[in-house]
Amino acid sequence: MDHPSEDSPSSSDKSLGPTNHPQLPFPDEVLEKVLSFVNSHKDRSSVSLVRKDWYNAERWTRSKLFIGNCYSVSPEIVARRFPRIKSVTLKGKPRFSDFNMLPRDWGANVHPWLVMFAKVYPFLEELRLKRMTVTDESLELLAKSFSGFKALSLSSCDGFTENGLKALASHCRNLTELDIQDSISEDVGGGWLSSFPENFSSLEVLNFASLNSDISFDDLERLVSRCKSLRVLKVNETISLDQLQRLLVHAPLLTELGTGSFMQELTPRQYEEVETAFSNCKNLEALSGLWDANSLYLPLLYGACAGLTFLNLSDAPLQSGDFANLLVHCPNLRRLWVIDTVEDKGLEAVGSSCPLLEELRVFPADPYDRHHRDGVSESGFLAVSHGCPKLHYVLYFCRRMTNAAVITIVKNCPDFTHFRLCIMTPGQPDHLTNEPMDEAFGAVAKTCTKLKRLSVSGLLTDVSFEYIGKYAKNLETLSVAFAGSSDWGMQSVLEGCPKLRKLEIRDCPFGNTALLSGKLKYETMRSLWMSACNVTMKGCGILAREMPRLNVEVINDEGSDGSQADKVYVYRTVAGPRRDAPGFVLTL
Amino acid sequence: MLSAQLGVEGQSQCNVSLMASSASADCITQNGSSLKERNYLGLSDCSSVDSSAVSCGADTEIKSNLNLKATELTLGLPGSQSPHHQELSFTALLDEKQLFPLIPSKDAQKSVVSGNKRGFADTVDGFSDSKSAMLGEGKNWMFNGVGVMLTNKPCGTQPLVKTEATTLKECGNNVNNGGSNTNNAPAAKAQVVGWPPVRSFRKNSLAATSKNNDEVDGKPGPTALFVKVSMDGAPYLRKVDLRTYSTYQELSSGLEKMFSCFTLGQCGPAGAQTREMMSESKLRDLLHGSEYVLTYEDKDGDWMLVGDVPWQMFIASCKRLKIMKGSDAIGLAPRAVEKSKNRN
Repeated sequence: MDHPSEDSPSSSDKSLGPTNHPQLPFPDEVLEKVLSFVNSHKDRSSVSLVRKDWYNAERWTRSKLFIGNCYSVSPEIVARRFPRIKSVTLKGKPRFSDFNMLPRDWGANVHPWLVMFAKVYPFLEELRLKRMTVTDESLELLAKSFSGFKALSLSSCDGFTENGLKALASHCRNLTELDIQDSISEDVGGGWLSSFPENFSSLEVLNFASLNSDISFDDLERLVSRCKSLRVLKVNETISLDQLQRLLVHAPLLTELGTGSFMQELTPRQYEEVETAFSNCKNLEALSGLWDANSLYLPLLYGACAGLTFLNLSDAPLQSGDFANLLVHCPNLRRLWVIDTVEDKGLEAVGSSCPLLEELRVFPADPYDRHHRDGVSESGFLAVSHGCPKLHYVLYFCRRMTNAAVITIVKNCPDFTHFRLCIMTPGQPDHLTNEPMDEAFGAVAKTCTKLKRLSVSGLLTDVSFEYIGKYAKNLETLSVAFAGSSDWGMQSVLEGCPKLRKLEIRDCPFGNTALLSGKLKYETMRSLWMSACNVTMKGCGILAREMPRLNVEVINDEGSDGSQADKVYVYRTVAGPRRDAPGFVLTL
Repeated sequence: MLSAQLGVEGQSQCNVSLMASSASADCITQNGSSLKERNYLGLSDCSSVDSSAVSCGADTEIKSNLNLKATELTLGLPGSQSPHHQELSFTALLDEKQLFPLIPSKDAQKSVVSGNKRGFADTVDGFSDSKSAMLGEGKNWMFNGVGVMLTNKPCGTQPLVKTEATTLKECGNNVNNGGSNTNNAPAAKAQVVGWPPVRSFRKNSLAATSKNNDEVDGKPGPTALFVKVSMDGAPYLRKVDLRTYSTYQELSSGLEKMFSCFTLGQCGPAGAQTREMMSESKLRDLLHGSEYVLTYEDKDGDWMLVGDVPWQMFIASCKRLKIMKGSDAIGLAPRAVEKSKNRN
């Protein structure tokens, strides 16, 4: 959404659609036809910049809307520019809201958008929301406004209960997808599942794994048996193993399965039945859930793992032995999410069993170190890098790391696009040499030329940021915490990374000089987040004054003395200051 | 409610001076239920943090069934009725031991309290030697740098203690393991808001080892209760969600880990300036004599010592926390009890 200009070209009438422009070598219809093959919103934005008639042709033919920051534009502007939208992706809160760093009721409410969509896009089919507040009222409006509505995806959203979902289930006759991920509202209630009408059978994707409430299994079973096209089913923890077996019998063609609880006293006959059910899932590509899985029941899965490309064990703390035994059956794994209970030994098994691995995420079992478990270290990561040369996405939570290991890791796997390393102790140096981790991240920036996303951690001086600014030419997202020595660190990044879009910083000694050094750059970025840094209200005020197309929002903590800016959120916008900002958000 | 929380105690009480080196380490021992005043620092009660004349605050009518022992600033869980343990702590409290050893000291085994710190041993029923050893080690390690003195409401069921004992033991082990790198020792896994960046919904159940209320994933609960925590001398504030803790002990250890990095000058941007390796002896020198007290500002704007009142009451009234030097915290204590008494 780069050009919100609403002027219509002199030769076309907006209400009738574009007509032939005499100076064009080919008619608009051809242009539109060609453009209908252009799907990526980035490409479409580029197309719209060529000339006015291209802009118009593009806006008439765009059917998928992507808005990365719901406050960068307003529903009115969107509705004016794009008359024919069928699919909307909207993202709201800054990412740090996932970690409780934003007060409640900060905003990103989808309702005003839905009100506009109900008016302007009656044929809306798809809505994908991330980090937005979605109330029951909104879900009801959604359910009743779009007769052809097909797909709802809610990722990290909050604000709804089963009542909203009930409205959706009862009214959307053509619903194919209901995908709720990482829901913040836990006790949503489970009655919604029973609200699908008896003749409703169009569901292809159903994911309610993160909703913890009890649902009626009978209704679920009936629903699954009716929906012959179901290919993705992710149930919640309340579904037991033998219940899962019955579901699998009805849906052997699933490509993605999220199990329920994987711990249950099974009779030998039940065990066999479950094993058979899994073996019959010949199309399974992705597997998740597996709550409380242990050595007794993991073997039940083996028959389903041959074609598995994505194994998500982030809810199943396994020990290295069980984990290694499971991996033997998954030779085609490309994406793997585990908990660090598997330890370095488990990661060695990854290195030896998963040669095709492209993505690895290791989550901490004990993030607050209450139980002092070792978790994983640099040797596990090294082992994976040796055995999995195609690795390009990593999210790694560990308690210790060394520069040497990271340097070797990126030598083994130079194709990293996403390198997110979280050494969980803030400001922790290389545990062997006690030096800062500057060289590690320098190596990542230098060696991984395709790097798009980087999260740094450990003890870092400005040197690491110099490296990043100098070498990370494709970097789009950078997350920084407890790092840097002076303003120069942040400045290096702002001056250096040409493709930077999102910068999120917390607890770093960067102040007004650093903040203001990037003022022109922020208009080329989606957003900047700085919290617990050395930025003051004065500095933010200067930024706001000098850059009117940026929203500079500050949230100060209670009892703060008013001169420091505790949380700063800066983003480009064509919609002006927020009209729905709660009291604690100060727009400068 | 206070009495229920704090247990019944009519024995000799001892008020502990927070300043080890202070000459005013008066210990006013009284018998039975006649003890009314709790003279932490040998000073009068005053709401400001400025030091003032030494005098004994005249607390009135503290109920005899208040377990003032329990509200004394020690580490362990009140609730034990064992006189033996009480006396143990009494003696130990007077004992001017090394306050902040980096390595768990062997002589902390029996009497887990050194200096002004009360150990678990003092107040937990059925306390075993081995447990006290673990706790002793761990406790001393944990007080590395930040002598946060808290009390706990008596929730000392055995399993709870055991878990914390294990935690402390592992703390101790951690120290021993991190020999080559002093930065490992405090291992400041700070319970800072939002760190580590793990999503709150993620439920990695450590079913075997976690307590019921162990919020492994740090969910904020019905309403998150963020308060600022500042420390004298630290370059920036932190914030914690009080709802992620359920006892003073948890709060204490969380804060300790969070701020020990400042004391050592190792972690964070501040650490960049003082990043040179600290030898153990250097550390000990630094920590010797430095003593911190955890205080909070309540809804009335008064600064109180943390730990005087039951946990729930505390989180209901705490607006923000401050880790002060002991010398600045003189005279805070008595008010807390009196205030809460007045509220009751």
